[in-house]
Amino acid sequence: MSVGRRVLFVVALLVLAIIALAAVAPDLISARDPLQTDVRGALQAPSAEHLFGTDQSGRDIFTRVVHGTGRSVGIGLLATGLALVLGLLVGTVAGIAPRIVDVAAMRVTDVLLAFPEFLVALIVVAVLGPGPLNVAIAVTLAAAPVYVRLGRVQTRTLAAAEHVEAARILGVAPVLAFVRHVVPGVLGSLSVLATIGIGSSILAAAGLSFLGLGPAEPAPEWGLMLASGRNVLAQAWWISVFPGAAITMTVISASVVGRTLRARAEGRSS
Amino acid sequence: MIRRIVGQAASVVVVLWGAASLAFLALRIIPGDPVDVMLGPQAQVSEDVKDAIRAELGLDRPLFEQYVTYVGQLIRGDLGESYQLRMPVAEVIGRQLGSTLQLTALAMLIAVVLALSAALVARGPVSRGIVAATELVLLSSPVFWIGLVLLSVFAFGLGWFPVSGTRNPATIVLPAVTLALPVAALLGQVLRDGMEAAQRQPFATSVRARGAGHARLTMHHTLRHGAAGALTLTAYLVGSLLGGAVLVETVFARPGLGRVTLSAITDRDLPVLGGIILLSAFTFVLVNVIVELLHPVLDPRVRTETVRTRP
Repeated sequence: MSVGRRVLFVVALLVLAIIALAAVAPDLISARDPLQTDVRGALQAPSAEHLFGTDQSGRDIFTRVVHGTGRSVGIGLLATGLALVLGLLVGTVAGIAPRIVDVAAMRVTDVLLAFPEFLVALIVVAVLGPGPLNVAIAVTLAAAPVYVRLGRVQTRTLAAAEHVEAARILGVAPVLAFVRHVVPGVLGSLSVLATIGIGSSILAAAGLSFLGLGPAEPAPEWGLMLASGRNVLAQAWWISVFPGAAITMTVISASVVGRTLRARAEGRSS
Repeated sequence: MIRRIVGQAASVVVVLWGAASLAFLALRIIPGDPVDVMLGPQAQVSEDVKDAIRAELGLDRPLFEQYVTYVGQLIRGDLGESYQLRMPVAEVIGRQLGSTLQLTALAMLIAVVLALSAALVARGPVSRGIVAATELVLLSSPVFWIGLVLLSVFAFGLGWFPVSGTRNPATIVLPAVTLALPVAALLGQVLRDGMEAAQRQPFATSVRARGAGHARLTMHHTLRHGAAGALTLTAYLVGSLLGGAVLVETVFARPGLGRVTLSAITDRDLPVLGGIILLSAFTFVLVNVIVELLHPVLDPRVRTETVRTRP
């Protein structure tokens, strides 16, 4: 790994650490109340007192960005985690199940992969109705086909691998050999995919909230804050620009870390 | 060759049939009574009238029969009628299709031009680093945020472009650029990777040994390799353009299919949503067939393979 890449990796890890802190303990970073309105202090430009300015109701944007971290990043994390579980369950089952089950599962993923991910997420929200949890489920189902495919391929590869055959020859029961020697390997590959996928899940979730399908006002959430700043963009660019910058910083850091981890995993396996 | 065409046709049918089933499922598994959804929450309608509507729409018949009827209607080209607008779905979509097509086509053009110029210009390590960093930022930014930033800089700040509206042809520029930037970033990445991989291959050395300059090597050889790799992504890119159009049309308050989709979701206008699902699947299939036809033109290796398998 070159020096430049190593520096980038460390910086990305630091950013993620700050984001994690903001998500878990937002009060440590900004002690204000994200819901506190102040009509006389509305639409103030960024200053020493209001680092990112204030919105239409005079709420402090910096505080709202910090307090929105948990919700915005949380939805993306939840969706990625669920997609990983789904990929592990359906992928391993399809990998060892009779051909007919396997073919059925693969045809379903084929059809889902024919649609743009964002459209799949929109359709799921249309069926389930808006709300943060439904947004997470929608993003999960949109991302899941790729995880299922990888899970299946890895299961097939590993089930035929020499170390698994060795375990079987040594007399380990087939079920135990599968659980102890195949499943962890599949989980490993899916985790690498997930670290890269977190970024796109956060983006998709923010997109759905931007369209008003996620958390409702006055909850601080990045996509929603961007949408609320849209109508006053001419007077107050800061309302939309800072939450968007927060999303971009998060996604860049996540993908830098994800790519580095993937490069390491590939280096190890080859 | 014939076997390939039959195989292609079969996968086209499977994807379209799957999409139709998905549309049917979305229409039927939705929680709540479709008739209540159709009438809206405030409607004061007696059960008798609701039953009459149900009978008219065929909702009182068994699910399988409804499914067969639905697929039968689709085969005849009937997409059903919008709950909200009381118009045929084909008309609702047809009215807005042009606007979205213009936007996505222009965005695709801008993306290809940007990606190509970035791949050709970025030759040194410094310029390559700058291009790669820009691509990372663009791929990590929400497309609606890019739109809002462009709006505040170029429309509100510098006043170069109109803010919204459709009369003035200049209004399409900012939305198209917004939609194009993430696609250009992805395309540029794939193109550069493909070209770099081709430059390391033995044939590149032999081309150079024959006395060809860098320009000739790039234009005649490595660019072609990069483009062949990028071509396989086309369906994905067109899909992300259509998905992005929903967000970009909202940001710039432009009419189009994105707005139709969004209002179909908020109003729970499921027949319209079914139409959008089918249109999207049809686009995917169409793009894939075009890519399949274009591939041999760009990549001679695919061409020789089809010749060899001919009986």
